[in-house]
Amino acid sequence: MLQLDIVTPDRKFYSGEVKMVVARGVEGDLAILENRAPITTPIKIGKVRFFEGETEKSAALTDGYLSVLDNKVTIITSAAEWPDEIDFERAEAAKKRAEERLKSKADGTDVARAELALKRAINRLSFRA
Amino acid sequence: MGKSIREISRHIRGIRSTMQITRAMEMVSSAKLRKAREVLDASKPYYETVLNNIQDILGSVKGIKHPLLEEREVKSTLYIVLASDRGLAGGYNSNINKLTLKEIEESNGEEKIITVGLKSYEFFRKKHNVIENFLGISEKPEFSDAVHIAKIAMDLFNKGEIDEVKIMYTEFESMIKQTPKTLKILPVDKSAITEEKTGPSVLMEFEPSAEGVLDFLVPRYIESTIYGALIEASTSEQGARQVAMESATDNAEEIIGELELTYNRARQEAITMEISEIVSGAEALK
Repeated sequence: MLQLDIVTPDRKFYSGEVKMVVARGVEGDLAILENRAPITTPIKIGKVRFFEGETEKSAALTDGYLSVLDNKVTIITSAAEWPDEIDFERAEAAKKRAEERLKSKADGTDVARAELALKRAINRLSFRA
Repeated sequence: MGKSIREISRHIRGIRSTMQITRAMEMVSSAKLRKAREVLDASKPYYETVLNNIQDILGSVKGIKHPLLEEREVKSTLYIVLASDRGLAGGYNSNINKLTLKEIEESNGEEKIITVGLKSYEFFRKKHNVIENFLGISEKPEFSDAVHIAKIAMDLFNKGEIDEVKIMYTEFESMIKQTPKTLKILPVDKSAITEEKTGPSVLMEFEPSAEGVLDFLVPRYIESTIYGALIEASTSEQGARQVAMESATDNAEEIIGELELTYNRARQEAITMEISEIVSGAEALK
C-alpha cells in the first residue's frame, strides 16, 4: 500500500492509503505502485487518479509536483478540487474568457497566462459527467 | 469640587460609549484571531513538505547551482514589509516599521520596499523607495497574493536590480508576545536549509533533471515562505489588536470607576448642601 498525501497551501486536501496513483508529470503520465524508486517531478495541470481499495477517486489539480519516497507519495499543488467541488459554470466562463483573450491578441495580453487559464478551465470541465 | 455633576456624567457617558467600541473590537479580533490561527495551522503542511523536498534535493545532489541560490555582493536590498491596513493594534505597526528602518539604516546599499498594509505604506512612502504597495490583503492573505509578491521579488532578483530580499514580519509567539522579525528569503540560504537535514540521503530520481525540479521547487519555496509570513503577520495583527483593545477596555472601566466615585461624591455634597440650606432656612423662620 502507498501512503498518499495531497497538500495545498490552505489545507491538507487528501491523506490516506491507496493502491495506485496515476498523475500527469511534465514528462508524461506516470502510474505509481508500491515500492517505486524515489522520484520527484513537477506535474502538469491535469487530473490525479488513485485507487482507495477498489474505488477509484480522482481530483483536478493545477500545477505542482509529486514526490515518492519510501512508499509515501506526496503531491504538492497550488489548488486541488474534487469533482463535486468544481464550479462548472465558472470554469465555462473562464474558458470563454481565456479563448477570447487568446483570439483577440490585444496589446498587453499575457498569452502564457491566458493559456494556463484555458488549460485549467478545460481540465475542470473534463470532470463533467 | 471642580466639575459640575452634569459635566461628570457627560464624561462618563462618553467613555462608556468608547468602551463599547473597544470591547466590540476586542471581540471581533478574538474571532478573527481564531480563524487566522486555523489558517496558520492549515498552511504548515504545505510549507514543511516543500522545505523537506528542497532539503532532499540539495542533500542528494552535490554542487547543484541555481540562480536563486547564489550569493552576490549586496548593493541593493528589497524589503517586504508586512503591516496592517488599520491601526488600533498597539505597537504592532510601529514596531515592524521601526525594525525595518533600523535595518535600512544599518545596511550600506540602497533599498527598495514593497509594503503590505496602509500603515507601512504611509510610513515609508515619503522618504523611501516604495516600488509596490498592497492594500486590503493584510487581514486575509491569499496564496495568490504571496505568488504575486514572490514574482515581483524574483523578477527583480533575476534582473540583478536587487541582490537580496528580506521579509519583515511579526512572529506570533503567544497572545501577549508578538516579535517583529527579519527573514532573508533571497538568495535562498543553502546552509540554513541543508543544516537541518540528518541521516544519509536516498538516491532520488528527478524528472526531467535535478536542476529542472529545483527550478520548479525554489519558487514554490519562496512563495510558501512569503505566504507563511503573511499569515503569521495577520495572526499577530489580530493578537496585537485584541490585547490593545482589551487593555483599552480595562482602562476605560477604571476611569469610569473613578469618575463614578467623584460623581457620587459631588452628588452627595450637593444633597448635603441642600439639606443644610433647608435646615438653616427652617431654623431662621423659628
